[in-house]
Order: sequence, then structure tokens, then C-alpha cells
Amino acid sequence: MRMLNKTNIGWLALFLLVFALIQGAVLVGWIDAFYEIALVTILINVILAVGLNLIIGYSGQFSLGHAGFMAIGAYAAGIVTKQIPNYGGLLVGMLSGMVIAGLVALIVGIPTLRLKGDYLAIATLGVAEIIRVAILNMGGLTNGAAGLSGIPYLSTWFIAFLAAVFVIILIANYTRSSVGRATISVREDDIAAESLGINTTRYKTVAFVLGAVTASLAGSLHATYFSVISPDQFTFMRSIDILIIVVFGGIGSLTGSVIAAAVLGVLNVFLQPFGSLRMILYALALIFIMIFKPSGLLGTKELQLSKWFNRKKKQTQRQPVKQKEAAR
Amino acid sequence: MKKVILGMTATAAVLLAACGASDVAGEGGEGDTIKLGSMFELTGDVSAYGTAEANAVSMAVEEINAGGGVDGKQIELTEYDTKSQDTEAASAATKLATQDKVSAIVGPATSGATKAAIPSVNRAQVPLVSPSATDDSVTLDDSGNVQPYVYRVGFQDSFQGVSLATFAEGDLEAKSAVILGDNSSDYAIGLSKTFKENFDGEIVAEENFTADESDFSAVLTRIRNEDFDVLFVPGYYEQAGLIIKQAREMGIEQPILGPDGFGNETLIDLAGAENVSDIYYTAHFSMSSDEPEVKEFIKNYQEQFEAEPDMFSALAYDSVYVIKQALEEAGDTSPEAVNQALENLSDFEGITGIFSFDENHNPVKSATIVEIQNGEEVNATEVSPE
Repeated sequence: MRMLNKTNIGWLALFLLVFALIQGAVLVGWIDAFYEIALVTILINVILAVGLNLIIGYSGQFSLGHAGFMAIGAYAAGIVTKQIPNYGGLLVGMLSGMVIAGLVALIVGIPTLRLKGDYLAIATLGVAEIIRVAILNMGGLTNGAAGLSGIPYLSTWFIAFLAAVFVIILIANYTRSSVGRATISVREDDIAAESLGINTTRYKTVAFVLGAVTASLAGSLHATYFSVISPDQFTFMRSIDILIIVVFGGIGSLTGSVIAAAVLGVLNVFLQPFGSLRMILYALALIFIMIFKPSGLLGTKELQLSKWFNRKKKQTQRQPVKQKEAAR
Repeated sequence: MKKVILGMTATAAVLLAACGASDVAGEGGEGDTIKLGSMFELTGDVSAYGTAEANAVSMAVEEINAGGGVDGKQIELTEYDTKSQDTEAASAATKLATQDKVSAIVGPATSGATKAAIPSVNRAQVPLVSPSATDDSVTLDDSGNVQPYVYRVGFQDSFQGVSLATFAEGDLEAKSAVILGDNSSDYAIGLSKTFKENFDGEIVAEENFTADESDFSAVLTRIRNEDFDVLFVPGYYEQAGLIIKQAREMGIEQPILGPDGFGNETLIDLAGAENVSDIYYTAHFSMSSDEPEVKEFIKNYQEQFEAEPDMFSALAYDSVYVIKQALEEAGDTSPEAVNQALENLSDFEGITGIFSFDENHNPVKSATIVEIQNGEEVNATEVSPE
């Protein structure tokens, strides 16, 4: 398959269009400092949610440890960029965070991913807490409970946008590869998958590690954009926030995760003037969507440009499409 | 079903419109109001402090407006909730400074949230006055330079540690102490450190607990077997109340010292009034004060919110008046002018004491050490800064 087929060009055009729209809004002044924070928060949440969706939606493993891996990335980037306050430092910080998060996920994943369902959720929850408590007790390196402040302001919305696009492309391609199909088969029925010779633990572990690495990337962006990190920011509740985005968008739909992160981010911004009423309205919005769309905004549907292009092709090739649709 | 939803949406819309309308009602024409931003933890983990402070801020603003405003201009208050989240504090500070174009910001309550808001206010160059961010590093950057736009009204943690150590040696004549703190909290770590540095007697033992514990019997049994004069518990009232109860029931009779985190009615509810004797803690303000301004504040607060004010609300109340004095001295509502005036603020007379800002934007004021016997505040001793 050629790299530059119609579908890929379509995706590239879509990303460029979104980029141009945001850039335009920034230049015109519609996106000022405040909306930029909201934008970066949304982009970070997109990365987190897409990564968690790979674990929950595609490999079918219930992980509550995402905040822990995010913390690793945040602290790695924070510590490195405080020593090397330039983009080289940011890159080193991001990469070292991703490597550490990946290793931790691997070490943790191999034994715990043999567990299923609720047990795994508890185990990953424990891992996230261990990471947080370890950071809390690392003394001068992480500055304990007070956390790190004065981290250089290096991440811009542009870097966050690039990272989000990178993660979406990576995960989307992963789920469509042969490894991805094996991962999905584990979700559908792990006994059947195993009987076909699929090493279920291995595919679960790979998905888990990949999710952890992307969470670490999001953490690095968070640290270098907000300049302040503390263990309090990476508690269990942070994992739940990400889980809400995944469930809200539809478990198993990457498009859903992206849309949910954007919708919830925008909702949060527009409800800000309502003070403490905001949390009630936010919760009500979630409850209504879960009542009327229990499978999330998109269920397992994806935005697929290839389908769109192919349908067009079919329509031009075969005229009597309508008959076929009527027959259905 | 559709009708029900429609009805609910309509009700919600009306409610929201009503909220919106009440905000607009207070506004005068453009140009003759002063915009003040308020951002507190109205929801989330520390909403108890945040709400008390936000209440006091709105009360102070109402009082100022009723008294004719500042130089004839009414104050228009814009309030946001930080959800007890640091990123939300950064976002709220940016919104206040860049979109709402306020002259100054009051809040947030905690040190972490204040630190998170600092990059935003520095970029926008708008002064921020935190009532109760007591962590020493809040007003300083990494290299020890002062943060140009950040001020606080409560004294910093290290000063509390110093005052308590001085008080333990002087008034309590203690020769030895045990520290029981939460080693996962920067607040407790900072307090223990300065207490140890300034206490000349012997520290017999240092024990730890974690924030969500509720049974302290194991650690208290170890402490009971030690020989010491005073027990120092750097922590908040949620744990301190239970520690006091369990310690007294176990027969630990020594005086217990605590920081400003003890200052909440819940402490006595948790411990039981009969157990709360020989308790001393640093306070930013004493409820038993005879000052008429303090009595007036307590009365008004009780009437308006049907709750007892605590020192957090007192500090927030003073924060608004600090900004008022700065606005009057500046004679200008631009954030830069207000910041300049805050920098030079001196001899401010508030309900939490008379103070000026030092070169690190900390208030120079005396701490009050409150003594509690049988659940009642019986005595307040002033400890002055050196």
C-alpha cells in the first residue's frame, strides 16, 4: 500500500485544516491566553484519553493507573527542564519519561495483566498510588509534597497539537495492524483468542505499555505548560477524569475520545462563571448523556475517511446502490 | 419525555439567567467601577477553607460598596471556582487577568493553587493577594528572588514554627518535645523543620502518620512511653482532633502544640470538649478579641452566612481591605499601579493585626497563640516577630 493514498492525504488535510483553524483563531485574537489554557488542557486530555482507550477499549483491560504514568512523564520533564531549560531539555525529559513509564508499565504489566476485570483495576490503581507515594518520598529530587514549581514554560499549544496528532496516528494505526487485531480478539474473547495461539498476556502488555508511554508524554506537556506540578495533581481522581472522557466518548472509539475531550473541555470553560454550580451542571450533563447514549457519544463508531472515499468510489462504479440499500 | 426535558432545560435556563442577572445588577457604568477578581476552592478537597474565604471576600466587598466604594468607585467582584485543582487555578487566574481585566486578584486559599497561579499573573502582570498560602516558597522563585506580583496576608509557615518553639520554651518551660506529623504534607514538613531548628530543648522522638488515617493508637502508644514535656502536632484539624481525643483517652496529659491548621470548630467536635485541654495553637486572629472591628466582623459574618467565621475568613476579609488601601494609595486602578502600592503598603490595620509587607511580600505581624481549656478559648498570647 502506498503511503500517499487518498485516505492518508485526506487525514493530512483534516489535521492541517484543524491546525489552520486554530492558528487563524489565535492570530485573530479569538483564542487569547485563557482559551489557550483550555485548548492545551483539551489536547493533553485527548492524548490521555486516546492512550487509555487503547487499554480499555481495544485490549479490554480496565486500568485505573493512568494518572501514575502521567506523573512519571510530568516529573521527568520537570526535573530535566529545570536543569536544561530549552527545547533539547524538553525532548530529553519527554523521552526519558516515556522510557521510564514504559519500563514501569512493563514490569507491572507482566504479572498484573494475568488478572482480569476488577482485580486488574485494583492492581493498576495500586500501581498509580505507589508511583505517587514514591514521588512524594524522593526528597530533593521531586521536592516531596510541595512538588516542583518554576518549571520553564516550554510547551506551546503547537507542541501539544503535534503530540496529540502523533499519538492519534500511532494508536489508530496500531489498532488497525495485525497486532491490533490480535489485541481486539483478546477483548472479544480471550479464551477463543488463546485457543488460536494468540499470546494474550503479551498483547495486553503491549497495549498497556503503549498507553502508559502516551500518558507520560501528556504528563511532560502538562508539566512544561503549567510550570507547577505536585503529587496532589496525579491522584486517583485524575485517572477517573480520564476514564470519564473515554466512557463519555465511547469505549473503543478513538474519534469518540477526541470529541469527548473537546466537548468536556469546552463545557468546563463555559460553565466557569457559574462557580460552584458548575460541578453540578457538569455532572448533570454527564448523567443525561449516559442515560440517553449509554454507549457513549459515538459507541464504537470511528470517523473513517477510507470508508467515505470508498463509498464514493462504489457509487460511481455501480449505479444501483439505492436498490441494495433498500434491500437491507 | 421530550416535554420533561424541555421543561427541565427551561428551568435551568431561567435559573442561570437569574444568576446572571444578579451579577449584572451590581454593576455601574463602564469606567466608574473597579474590577476585583476572586478565585477560591468552592468545590473539591479543600472547599471548606475556600468557601469560608470566598464568603468573607464577598462580604468585605459589599461593605466597601455600601460605604461608598473606593474613591467613589464601586467594586465589581468576579468570582471563579478553582475546583481545588492546580490547573484550574492557573486557568482562572489567566481569565481574571486577561479577559476580565481585573485590577487585582484575591485567592486562592492553598499554597499549591497559589503557586500554580503565579506564572499566569506574572505573564499578565496583575497582583495577586492570597489570604492563606502559608508555604514559605510561595512568594519566592527558585533562586530566592521575590515573585513580583504575589502577596500574602497570613504569616508564613516558618514563622509559626519559630513562634511555637519560642512559646514552648518560654511560657510552657518545655525541655523536651515529641513531634507527630504527616510526612506527606509540605505544610507539616516545613513546620517540623523550623520547630526543630528553633527549639533549644531535646526532640525525644519524631513520629509520622498519613493524611487519611483515623486510628493513631499504635503511634500514640509509642509516644506514651517516652518522657517529654510537650507534644507538637503539625497538621490540620481533621487529624489533630482525633489525635487529641485518642491521646487524652490514652492518658497522655502533656500540653499539645499545633499550627494554624487547628483553627476550626470541628477540632473540638472531633475530640470532644472534655478532651480539649492544654491545647495551644498559632492563630492569625483570635475570636475572643475585644477589638470592636473584630466583634463587628464576627457579628456580620454570623448574620450573613449563619456560620461561625474562622481565621481563614478573617484573613480573606483583610486581603480585600489590603487591596482597598493599595487602590486608595495608588489613586489608579491599573494593575501595575496597584502592584506598586502593594509593594509599599505599610501600617495596614486589619482584624488579623497591624502589618506592612516586607521585601519578600510577607506580612510583618505578630502571631497569636491561643490556649484552649475544656473546649473553650481561654487565653491568647501574642508572639512578635524578631
